[in-house]
Amino acid sequence: MTLLAVDIRANVGTFAFDARFTTPAAGITAVFGRSGSGKTTLINALAGLLRPKSGRIALDGVTLFDSETGIHVPPERRRVGYVFQDARLFPHLTARSNLLYGAGRLPPADRRTRFDHVVGLLGIESLLQRRPRQLSGGERQRVAIGRALLSAPRLLLMDEPLASLDAERKAEILPYVERLRAEEHVPIVYVSHAMGEIVRLADSLVLLADGHVVASGAAVDLMNRVDLDPVLGAFEAGTLLEGRIDGYDDAHGLLHLKVPGGTLRLPGRPLANGTRVRLKIRARDVALALAVPRDTSVLNILSGRVREVAADQSSQVNVLIEPLDAPEAPPLRARVTSLSAEQLGLRPGLAVHALIKAVALDRDPSAGRHGSALAFGTAAIDDLREEP
Amino acid sequence: MWSLSPAESEALVLSLRVATWSVAIGLPPAMAVAWLLARTQFPGRVIVDGIVHMPLVLPPVAIGYGLLALFGRNGIIGAWLYDAFGVTLAFTWQGAAVASAVMGFPLIVRSIRLSLDAIDTGLEAAARTLGASRLRVLATITLPLVLPGILAGAVLGFARSLGEFGATITFVSNIPGETRTLPLALYSAVQTPDGQALALRFAVLSVVLAIAALITSELLARRVRRRIGS
Repeated sequence: MTLLAVDIRANVGTFAFDARFTTPAAGITAVFGRSGSGKTTLINALAGLLRPKSGRIALDGVTLFDSETGIHVPPERRRVGYVFQDARLFPHLTARSNLLYGAGRLPPADRRTRFDHVVGLLGIESLLQRRPRQLSGGERQRVAIGRALLSAPRLLLMDEPLASLDAERKAEILPYVERLRAEEHVPIVYVSHAMGEIVRLADSLVLLADGHVVASGAAVDLMNRVDLDPVLGAFEAGTLLEGRIDGYDDAHGLLHLKVPGGTLRLPGRPLANGTRVRLKIRARDVALALAVPRDTSVLNILSGRVREVAADQSSQVNVLIEPLDAPEAPPLRARVTSLSAEQLGLRPGLAVHALIKAVALDRDPSAGRHGSALAFGTAAIDDLREEP
Repeated sequence: MWSLSPAESEALVLSLRVATWSVAIGLPPAMAVAWLLARTQFPGRVIVDGIVHMPLVLPPVAIGYGLLALFGRNGIIGAWLYDAFGVTLAFTWQGAAVASAVMGFPLIVRSIRLSLDAIDTGLEAAARTLGASRLRVLATITLPLVLPGILAGAVLGFARSLGEFGATITFVSNIPGETRTLPLALYSAVQTPDGQALALRFAVLSVVLAIAALITSELLARRVRRRIGS
């Protein structure tokens, strides 16, 4: 089932943009790319605020734009909610009036309960009488999310909603975005250039560079593709794993996480068994050994077989390791110096042991209470790194 | 000493009436023109901008003469107005209001336009994604946010009208009780032998009126600013 089918070309000034992709019917589709890659052009076209030069956009099978038949549904009739980076609350209205601005689309009978529900979901009960200038950045962004939700959107666009906030405010908003996915069932297109947010939120991914779609598909697949390093950022490159909580070591405060190829132990607060968790292991945090080392502080040792040794222009190599018992799982990536690769004689087929320090997997402290898909690891939200 | 003579109160009331009407007829077109200049691109935009600013740079007497030529009983528009509606502008207080409106027009347009330019158009875009038509955006977002500019423009136009002399005396002459506003009465007093004392009173009256207008505008502006929260 396809939610969005996009195939458009646009010119913004001298910037040529073209995009062609589809997204699945549910969940969060992240649009990732550096500044100037065309992210905002893309979602403005989805919202109807920008008219592409040619092409077609369909949402849920309904044509929103088609240059051939001359269809360009104006933004007010698209039912596409838009959360802007700068919130854009109406300064002359209270938070309550802002929230209700687009609520005319809701059936009158539902309006009251829906309003109370959204206000509760976002925790903004105490802010309703205030004006936007009396709200903090994070509070403004929550009201802006509520305002978009209450306009009964078929699709919610979020344009770097956290980019103008400090780390603490980011941590304040993220759990609410996760709640949207879990409880509201409104599909979301989430634009960001922060890898931590992508790891944590994205179900599927559209990668943009220089005005083109480089790749699109399931987030876990794309994040593990070595050839996309230039777009995703080589420093953050690593393996994105999905696993389930499989126990908790109370005495040492360690979570047990079952992933393809073994069980990882990582520090953190207890989570219910079976909770789905997403984990990013940065390639630079993985060491390799030919034999299982004894008397080591490293808690996590995954055994596997080298699939590929990929050198790039630097004096470092990327090593892809297939987990022993789970050849279908995404290969684990390790980044080591070419000297180490030589000394170990790394080559495809060689049996190796990947060593991952548990503290490198330290739990994202901002991970919310509603964790259906929490992010862990070194690309955690408190560790966000802007791409240069 | 403190009470006004019939001639003085006549001039004062007439001035206020002319100023009020000049703002009333000037404001709607000024809003439209300001919006066109601030928000649209069309061929001839520079020319429209130039024409709007004419009253600022031309001698007021020339504007008054132009009005007489157009709106006089024999002018193209004046003749039509008389034939169709029986309305005469030349040598009437209504004509004085038109003269004031024309002279104040660029000030009102500039003020509203500055205010429009200061509005984040992103707010209007946000309103449309929330389902508001262009008209609703104009009524619920643009107009409330531009209100301080409209108010400031109205006050400027009002004050400009209280001081209007050249275009008025050329277009509608200086008829006591009909077109003799405060500045014209002051001028007449100066022209009269032994009229110095009377002229001084008219001058003081003008100053008091101007200060009252400025204070009123400041109070209004404060209230509006509080309401729209900027």
